[in-house]
Amino acid sequence: MTRAFLAVLARDLRLAGRIGGSGALGLVFFLMIVVMVPFALGPDLNLLSRIGPAILWLAAVLATLIGLDRLFQADEEDGSLDLIAGTPAPLELVVVAKVVAHWLTTGLPLALAAPVFGLLVALTPTAMAATSLTLLVGTPALTFIGAAGAALTASIRRGGLILAVVVLPLMIPTLIFGVSATEAAGGGTVPFATPLMILAALSLVAAVTGTLAAAAALRWGE
Amino acid sequence: MRLIAETLACRRSGRRIFSGLSFTLADGDALVVTGRNGAGKSSLLAILAGRLRPESGRLRAEGIGERTIPETLHVVGHRDGLKGALTAQENLAFARDLLGDAAMAPREALARLGLAHAAGLPVGYLSAGQRRRVALARLLVCRRPLWLLDEPTAALDAASQAMLAGLMREHLAAGGLVVAATHQALGLDDARRLSIEAYRPARPSPDAAAEDWA
Repeated sequence: MTRAFLAVLARDLRLAGRIGGSGALGLVFFLMIVVMVPFALGPDLNLLSRIGPAILWLAAVLATLIGLDRLFQADEEDGSLDLIAGTPAPLELVVVAKVVAHWLTTGLPLALAAPVFGLLVALTPTAMAATSLTLLVGTPALTFIGAAGAALTASIRRGGLILAVVVLPLMIPTLIFGVSATEAAGGGTVPFATPLMILAALSLVAAVTGTLAAAAALRWGE
Repeated sequence: MRLIAETLACRRSGRRIFSGLSFTLADGDALVVTGRNGAGKSSLLAILAGRLRPESGRLRAEGIGERTIPETLHVVGHRDGLKGALTAQENLAFARDLLGDAAMAPREALARLGLAHAAGLPVGYLSAGQRRRVALARLLVCRRPLWLLDEPTAALDAASQAMLAGLMREHLAAGGLVVAATHQALGLDDARRLSIEAYRPARPSPDAAAEDWA
């Protein structure tokens, strides 16, 4: 069972790094959005540093959607899902392996790169660290919620847009607590730990419900 | 193992394609399913593979212990389950780790199918026939008793078809089961034949379509 988990994880990581994989694409997309904002708002450093965490979080949400539509669709199209149906490991475990691989290639690089991109929106060092930490805790929630949507739209051609419409409303709570935790780090009435804990809880809940929902959607699609 | 299908019926998009289909396969049995295009050969294989639920009837297996039917079979069909960006060897190693029951090393299996030279090439660079042979090599990498083959000879040249026949005969001699849907002769002399058109409903019932849209 561990073997099947590691096999799927290793294969998806390898595919993300090969031609046509979405390995670095999410990160580049993230950078593009963050770069566009100062051009649109003008060089008002106070304004930028005030809304900077929100911009980084919004960009992270959108960047997570990159490649998510292919998470199960690619396997559905080439018959890999038929192959996966024959594994003795439960389908939920395969879903977790695929989601972890997607997070390692999308969510984790976003969290690690956030301090660097924070420079572009004039974040203070505290805010940079806080954004990075909240993204690290919050992006798993985004990926797991997205996985459920990806499983639902796996057999739909051009399902990417439907996926975004289905999944984005469900990501709102994560966005709210991600941004409020980052802002709480820079001072305020709420201690930093409170929204951070809720963010961690959201990730844990999404890990369970997202996995079960995605596996159920894949089975139902059969 | 014994595979027992009892009065299977299949409906796709509201149309009944076959019904009352029964057969029993024991160790060493081969079943060749024939029928015109769209007669339901692939649907029957999908039901056997557990990817499609029969409208009625039952499918069961004996002598497989705790395992479910999908865990005892290999499927090689139109969609080959290979990733174009991975090499042939990586694809097979993935299948072995995913499915378990490891038998032959990926490189050995590829050599057996005459693809030793292509082991390190991405599958996307291979021709249709070579891809099909990589998918067939999966049969050797993991040991599973039931082989479900959908048009296994598609895109294969004469030499590869003969080799596939040899693989199937070996598998049957070792007590395996083969169910193949095909239009062409597979080189299995004592295989049982099942013409799926014999199980077509006599006439399409007009109320069946109506109830589907109700």
